[in-house]
Amino acid sequence: MATISSTEHTRRDFLYIATGAMGAVGAVAALVPLIAQMNPDASTIAAGAPIEVDLTPIAEGQVIKVFWRGKPIFINHRTKKQIEEAVNVNLASLPDPQPDSARVKPKHANFQVLIGICTHLGCIPIAHQGPYNGYFCPCHGSVYDTSGRIRSGPAPTNLALPPYEFVSDTRIRIG
Amino acid sequence: MSGHSTYQPRNAFMKWMEARLPIAGLIHSSFVVYPTPRNLNYWWTFGGILTFMLALQIVTGVVLAMHYTPHVDLAFNSVEQIMRDVNYGWLLRYLHANGASMFFLAAYIHMFRGMYYGSYKEPREVLWILGVILLLLMIMTGFMGYVLPWGQMSYWAAVVITNLFSAIPIVGESITQWLWGGYAVGNPTLNRFYALHYLLPFVIAGVVVLHVWALHVAGQNNPDGIEPRQDSDTVAFTPYATMKDAFFLSVFLIMFAWFVFYTPNFLGHPDNYIPANPAVTPTHIVPEWYYLPFYAILRAVPNKLGGVVLLGASIVILAFLPWLDRSKVRSARYRPRYRFFFWLFFITCVGLGWLGSKPAEGVYVYAARVLTVYYFAHFLVVLPLLGRYETTLPVPGSITEAVLKRSKAAAAFVIAAIFAGLIGLSSPTVAAEAETPAKLKWSFGGPFGKFDRGQLQRGFRVYREVCQVCHGLTLLSFRNLSEPGGPGFTPAQVAAIAAEYQVRGEPDDQGEVKDRPGRPADRFPAPFQNDNQARARYNAVPPDLSVIVKARGFDRGFPLFLLDLVTGYQEQGADYMVALLTGYADPPKGTAAPPGTFYNKYFPGHFLAMPAPLGEGRITTDGKPVYDDGTPATVDQMARDVTAFLAWAAEPHLEARKRIGLQVIIFLIIFAGLLYFTKKKVWKSVEAH
Ligand code: FES
Repeated sequence: MATISSTEHTRRDFLYIATGAMGAVGAVAALVPLIAQMNPDASTIAAGAPIEVDLTPIAEGQVIKVFWRGKPIFINHRTKKQIEEAVNVNLASLPDPQPDSARVKPKHANFQVLIGICTHLGCIPIAHQGPYNGYFCPCHGSVYDTSGRIRSGPAPTNLALPPYEFVSDTRIRIG
Repeated sequence: MSGHSTYQPRNAFMKWMEARLPIAGLIHSSFVVYPTPRNLNYWWTFGGILTFMLALQIVTGVVLAMHYTPHVDLAFNSVEQIMRDVNYGWLLRYLHANGASMFFLAAYIHMFRGMYYGSYKEPREVLWILGVILLLLMIMTGFMGYVLPWGQMSYWAAVVITNLFSAIPIVGESITQWLWGGYAVGNPTLNRFYALHYLLPFVIAGVVVLHVWALHVAGQNNPDGIEPRQDSDTVAFTPYATMKDAFFLSVFLIMFAWFVFYTPNFLGHPDNYIPANPAVTPTHIVPEWYYLPFYAILRAVPNKLGGVVLLGASIVILAFLPWLDRSKVRSARYRPRYRFFFWLFFITCVGLGWLGSKPAEGVYVYAARVLTVYYFAHFLVVLPLLGRYETTLPVPGSITEAVLKRSKAAAAFVIAAIFAGLIGLSSPTVAAEAETPAKLKWSFGGPFGKFDRGQLQRGFRVYREVCQVCHGLTLLSFRNLSEPGGPGFTPAQVAAIAAEYQVRGEPDDQGEVKDRPGRPADRFPAPFQNDNQARARYNAVPPDLSVIVKARGFDRGFPLFLLDLVTGYQEQGADYMVALLTGYADPPKGTAAPPGTFYNKYFPGHFLAMPAPLGEGRITTDGKPVYDDGTPATVDQMARDVTAFLAWAAEPHLEARKRIGLQVIIFLIIFAGLLYFTKKKVWKSVEAH
């Protein structure tokens, strides 16, 4: 191969770098649709719109399940006794301290709305079970109280709350 | 794979690795220092292009499989869901569908190149036979993939192709039932085709490895058909061949991108946007363009078994090519007689392809017979005789000598030839006897087209006030009306529109299902519970309009359809719709419309069950025949508006497609330019010696 003068060297280097950079840009851009296609599609997102639930048919002491965005939402119509138990807890003794009042809407402490998914690894806890008569997860034995707070077992945090609001005294909109 | 094993691991880890799994050394010897003849022209880049296309088909295919549902009731709609809702789904599907065509195009060029330069001759017979096996696997894979969208063409392709096996004496019927998993093509057939369509590409990839292995044992052939003898006859694979391949691949991709972004349905058939209907065969069924020559051979024979046998033979005979052509000289460059017959054979193949797209009647059948006879004669008569009697030209002593004597063929010629290779495509759907619709101007036509929001809104009004009573729009959701690239309603307007419809609700506590007002996420409800209800009321099933604009079209004929490819004319369906909506007339003297039908100039067969839907006064605002925006609601205007609306409904991402297409094509042109100059730089040192 003939020797290459230094000016040509820089021009050649520039060309190589530009071509390589262009190729890299193209390869990265090509990845965008391949990755984006796995995100929820437009119909799934649209179907995740808020839902409304009528609370009148839920008797005191009853827990119902509704589905929102594919997740089970527990709506617990709590009894006086359950509310009292939930309120009168020594917060310092909880793994994830949170007062009951922060887990319900003001003036609606009788309705406890939770995402019914165990914060350990995603199983569905069973209502009215366990030592606190709250929720008990059968998978690895996490125990939640009537406020949905973790009391014992491997789950790290309290049961999560969905975004929701009361549209009237007997109707909520989840989402 | 051979080559000098000169790889020297540089660091300790690579040394350790090389002693245990010498994969870096294998790659180095096969794809870096591997000597490739220096005189390879651009026809030799198609091996690399094919590898790229295979990888692309596998990647897009795996991704599409994540969204596709192989069930007779759901397949068609799941494909439409990919087109409408999946992020970039339209892009992935158009890449995959057009990718199949590009794959075949590249394979055919690759094969003709092998034939022209005698690449199948000793010692490359096994290499060639592996290639024929790859072609067979591609044909099977492509066919099964075509069945998956479960449109009319899919279904009837499955019926016709599986019925080829019924030609086998005695066991034919059992074999077809075994293939179908039933008494007809049905859900089991679709499921197994899906499974095999997923499997076969990996088998292809495996055979490709063997093909490359065999190539690296024998070494590449070259345009002069002589083996490299000295060091100056070859160059290292990297960077010389790699840069050349990369450059030409990027040129190939520009053409591919044109198809994907601007004429994505050019190579398909409108009928395949009609859901499979086992009760009705489309009037003119044709396979995809890459099967047309074989299809012509099948139809040329007036005997069922004979046709099937010749169809099979036309592919199998390729495997015997190394022994049918006895000439010692490889390249057609030094075989003037062979060169003539090669081009004659090429024209025969293209001609067969063209005939395969024509109806099997009259002069077409005779022409197909003549060409079929010649197709086989080329292999069985011409080649053996040439091998014996041809006087060949003197072959140069070495590749270096050949190169220094000759300037190279221009790349432009190659590109022109690729386009020429596309001859033989055609998508006839509407019988020739009907009048040809006029070519109208659409705001959404051409590479920069965009929908006219006002027109879409007007068209939606026509749909609601006129078409909706009989025709569903069930693939469309209300929310689509406010999505980008559509009619541009606000979300609040969409919620109000949706609420005007009653859709089927969810079971309540008592298990009863009642209708409820629609929500933006709902789809447009169908006007009928089922086809029988429609038939009872209207004596016909009014088709769903969701993809109707893509499901209709008309044959533009040669050479117009080639021009359409270049100009990106994709609006045949829209033109046909307007023509149909405005094409009602009194039947010509002497013919009477059968009861319950109406005469239309543009409808194939002329008599259709739908009475003229549009008339003056169908759309009024405050008692005047105008739209809300003041546009006069003439019949012609209404026809255009509703067609534009339905064109959007059929392809909601059209604007995004054209916008991204422009970006991609500009990128590819710049990239191809850079690669060209890089390649030139790299090759500069070689060219002089
Ligand atoms: S998932 Fe509930 S305890 Fe593990």
